[in-house]
Amino acid sequence: MTAETPVEGRILPAPNSSTKPFWEATARGELIVQWCEQCQEAQFHPGPLCRTCGNEPGWKVTSGRGAVYTYTIVHQSRTPPFDKLVPYVVAMVELDEGPRMMTNIIGCTAEEVRVGMRVEVAFAAEVDGIALPFWQPEGDT
Amino acid sequence: MGDRTPTIVGIGLSDYPKTPQLDALAHHGLAIRRALDDSGVQKSDIDGLLCFGSYGIDDAVTMAEILGIRYNYLDGTFAGGTVFEFYVQHAAAAIEHGDCETVLITYGSDLLSKQGRNLGTQLYTSGNTQGGPLQFEMPYGSPLVSGYAMAARRHMYQYGTTSEQLARVAVDMRANAAQNPFAMYRDPLTVDDVLASRMISDPLHMLDCCIISDGGGAVLMTTAERARDLQQAPIYVRGAATAQTHWNISAMPDFTVTAAAQSGPAAFQKAGITAADVDMLMLYDSFTITVLLLLEDLGFAKKGEGGAFLDANRLTYDGDLPTNTDGGGLSSCHPGMRGIFLLIESVRQLRGQAGVVQVPGAEIAVACGSGGQLSCMGTVVLGKEKS
Repeated sequence: MTAETPVEGRILPAPNSSTKPFWEATARGELIVQWCEQCQEAQFHPGPLCRTCGNEPGWKVTSGRGAVYTYTIVHQSRTPPFDKLVPYVVAMVELDEGPRMMTNIIGCTAEEVRVGMRVEVAFAAEVDGIALPFWQPEGDT
Repeated sequence: MGDRTPTIVGIGLSDYPKTPQLDALAHHGLAIRRALDDSGVQKSDIDGLLCFGSYGIDDAVTMAEILGIRYNYLDGTFAGGTVFEFYVQHAAAAIEHGDCETVLITYGSDLLSKQGRNLGTQLYTSGNTQGGPLQFEMPYGSPLVSGYAMAARRHMYQYGTTSEQLARVAVDMRANAAQNPFAMYRDPLTVDDVLASRMISDPLHMLDCCIISDGGGAVLMTTAERARDLQQAPIYVRGAATAQTHWNISAMPDFTVTAAAQSGPAAFQKAGITAADVDMLMLYDSFTITVLLLLEDLGFAKKGEGGAFLDANRLTYDGDLPTNTDGGGLSSCHPGMRGIFLLIESVRQLRGQAGVVQVPGAEIAVACGSGGQLSCMGTVVLGKEKS
């Protein structure tokens, strides 16, 4: 699924040792989260250890599906390029695997977004080697 | 060894809300001089310094040099706008332990004159890329206000809280500000005014957002023993506690519960009080939702019932639960970090020096700050009597 949303001008991630695998995965169209074998728990954002037990986590490919946990419609944003994109939706999506991530909800109007709405990931085309994940209303499964 | 109960003996405010003639350092200086005059403490008595600022301008080590403080205790902890409640916790322990005798907590900011008001709608970045956990937020254009808006939305979803209920906070803070000649905004507000103000980050309107001002403050703390020889009635630190659930908003575990649910009960326990003993609150009102969450997390309303509490209780100086009697960050003074003003207004009230907004017979005040984006919480219980 490709996200049709402007990425140019956005501040892009500078991957570190913990987050590099995540961004390498999005570039190949996969959404991955850290996975702790001991806790049997998924973790996001990625870190150097499991935040519950302290062990070194592995990785798990997610279903790329989830639900909107909360959101806001941004009407005023001073920083380019967002000043030109208002109104847009900033949301926290709760993955079916548990963790949440921040995103913009695309593929529907801001007024259509609801807490609990089912969404699926869509990756934007790479800019400077980074493929940002966005989320849109879930299609037929 | 005398009574080492940590005691606030001096407070000072610099000038606010708009002071283009003062830079951040001048705010520090004015507030410190006023706190020294207020207390009768000699500058040479200060042997502890706690402050945070811009690196190389007013961070703790630079300030120790600028102010000429030969310290026995130094703390430059950073925890956002509530760091001053963190400093009270640290200073109280240091004084009790005998690490130092008299500490200065100081803050100065020229944010309004330097930068202007932006309602938390700006992304704070340097360069075109972002490292650390913020790399998962910055690409999506979530300004400061949006984190609070998402907390408000989730609270509305889970508990049916309304924009009208949140607006009540802004209305009551304005009523307090109306009595403060220095407050930035003093004209009365109605709930309808708040709802009619332009939407910034749905569901938060312009009047749900704190103002930006200039300002500064200083607090002097020492032992109860030393306080006996000083000018003002002693105000005792009965309990202080701090906690953190996250730093960046996307890592907040539950958007309806802050770390004050941990720091509040811990501070109350140390102080030997319950919510029913509290005469007034100074709550960090960065946004209206912050106050609602703190009222719940500190135990003044059950979780989820903050909205109903605001329907039934006024937070005005002459209301059911006097809160932010100076008019708060929503209407009076918010130079970027408000935590120190919570302490200063508490002391002014407990000393009986609050003038028109004086809460009669006030014995116990609770200051609870919020730093980051609902991230770090510092709760301080202050009293006219020791625990």
